[in-house]
Amino acid sequence: MTAKNPSQPNGAVIHMDGIRKVYDTGKVKVEALRGVDLEVQDGEFVAIIGPSGSGKSTLMNLIGCLDTPTGGTYRLSGELVAGLRKEQLAAIRNRRVGFVFQNFNLLPQITSYENVEMPLLFGGISRRKRRQRVEELLDRVGLGERMHHKPTELSGGQMQRVAVARALAMNPDILLADEPTGNLDSSSGGDIMELFQELWEGGRTMLVITHDAALARRAPRQVEIRDGLVVRDNTNGSTDLMSDSIVDRPID
Amino acid sequence: MSQPRFMIFQLFMRSSRVQKKRAVLTIAAIAWGTLALLLLLAFGEGLGISLQDAWAGMGTDIAVIWPGETTKPWKGLPAGRPIRPRIDDIQTLRLRVPGLIGISGEITSWRTTLTYGEKTVTGRVKGVSTVWGQLRNQIPVSGGRFLNPLDDAQRRRVIFLGTAVAEDIFGSEDPVGKTLLVDQVPYTVIGVMIEKMQFGAYSGMDADHAIIPIRTFYAQYGRDRLGNIVLKTENPAQMKAKLAEVAAVLSSKYGFDPQDERVLGTWDTVESGTIQNNILLGIKIFLSVIGVLTLTVGGIGVANIMYAVVKERTREIGVKMALGARSHWITGPIVLEGLTYTLLGGVLGLVMATGLILLMSLLPTGDNMALKALGKPTLSPAIAATAAGVLGIIGLLAGYFPARRAASVDPAETLRYE
Repeated sequence: MTAKNPSQPNGAVIHMDGIRKVYDTGKVKVEALRGVDLEVQDGEFVAIIGPSGSGKSTLMNLIGCLDTPTGGTYRLSGELVAGLRKEQLAAIRNRRVGFVFQNFNLLPQITSYENVEMPLLFGGISRRKRRQRVEELLDRVGLGERMHHKPTELSGGQMQRVAVARALAMNPDILLADEPTGNLDSSSGGDIMELFQELWEGGRTMLVITHDAALARRAPRQVEIRDGLVVRDNTNGSTDLMSDSIVDRPID
Repeated sequence: MSQPRFMIFQLFMRSSRVQKKRAVLTIAAIAWGTLALLLLLAFGEGLGISLQDAWAGMGTDIAVIWPGETTKPWKGLPAGRPIRPRIDDIQTLRLRVPGLIGISGEITSWRTTLTYGEKTVTGRVKGVSTVWGQLRNQIPVSGGRFLNPLDDAQRRRVIFLGTAVAEDIFGSEDPVGKTLLVDQVPYTVIGVMIEKMQFGAYSGMDADHAIIPIRTFYAQYGRDRLGNIVLKTENPAQMKAKLAEVAAVLSSKYGFDPQDERVLGTWDTVESGTIQNNILLGIKIFLSVIGVLTLTVGGIGVANIMYAVVKERTREIGVKMALGARSHWITGPIVLEGLTYTLLGGVLGLVMATGLILLMSLLPTGDNMALKALGKPTLSPAIAATAAGVLGIIGLLAGYFPARRAASVDPAETLRYE
């Protein structure tokens, strides 16, 4: 399997144009994003980096349709995400975005199987197809044996793999990971990175927000956010003059 | 893509469980509220039944007329003339006013000596027509009977006794067939009235009187001026019209203004029955309000526990939203859960109420009028339906508001790592 070449895109998955996000806390207005332009092509693996408070979490929420921008236009797989109602956003999240969180966010009282099944349930998939898909996914992340274990009976690395399987359940356009290795030891973190690499090579569009330099270096493209703006966007390790970021020297 | 059926139920089954202790307390609160509501409604119903019985004790949908004096001049006659219809007027009224189930005159001898053997008591003796027994609900204890038309036609000296009079004179002895002296004239006791509850009365309670045929009364006392007229219409709604007809007939004979309301004092129990029913309805509404309020307190408990559940599950809700759950898949299970606690409590309350009411129905009331009037609390289908409806509404509301809060969870906010 070979990675898709981002220079020959077969369609932009993410297209952001002048995205602004203002949080109005009543007394103060905080401008988290001040005009972000970002385009991610199908099959790309992008790392979004930046110090805390830079606005990268806000960007992640907007990309994942958990929140809507204050200004600018955002198209996800060509679909304009603006002025959509809660229910429509929920449907988009279900079909187009797979989330992987730092703290896994598995539901603790149900089994791995049921956790992975959840998005399929929301997606209206029939019982038979759900079972088939869940078994396939858990096998894919190497947890076919632990299907009926609850999250509390799993290690951190295993939990994160269940979360990845859940994120892939509806075969989303993009896998969105927020510090996926942040709560893992280096060995488990390595496994997850390995899994991401494989998924990307399998053609999946990946977007990872991270402080982890090693993980960021795995991505051919790094986008650095600072003070609500994209300050650096280098593809395939091209060096950048503004490179005072935490990722000092991306590996080719 | 087909929607999986019972999605909300499936999600409900997969939600984390509430602490048992808290759930039990909440269910207990609802059970208590349901018990209170059911008992109050049941007492209301029982009270209603007893009151209706008691009011019916005097007779149902009857009117009692007592002749008085004119207050208006009429065709040259002055005001202030007493009007006293006679026994024979009843026959005239029977012919001239159709649509009556019955009409009877009534003459009372207030202080009459009743003597049996060595025992003499002073009592109230009334002369009435046969139909009076039917109008005034004079049911004989088995082995006896009320007056019949022959008694009246042949002026037989027969007497029908109220419960208290019979007991006073005869004690535990069976009075039927015995000879009783009424003002020294011998009468045969033909029957004794059964014990009954009676709230309405116009000349003492029925238990305290003795009844003889009205012609016999005339033969003995020589009085034929009626103290009262009692009548009942075939259709209760016609009572007012029929009373006007009676007034018209008597007015043409005795010469008084039929519009002069003071001539014929009237107690229309159809009308007063409506008022009684309204009062009863008022009592029932009052009891229901107390019951519903008690149940509402339980409902607030459920809402409280569901708010806590929503707060505890904020992250779970946020995750589900991120995975694409629609609002009603978030709110549905919460409403269902609130409803489940409410209905569990409701069923428990119903079981307790049924048990208690069963126990109470076994308690003897004896002769205590208050206990009798409180009656037997009764659970009717209407009460069950009311309680179920109230429970359903409270359960839905107790789930709805917490569910609304759950739906307003901001997933972006929730999923931010701690």
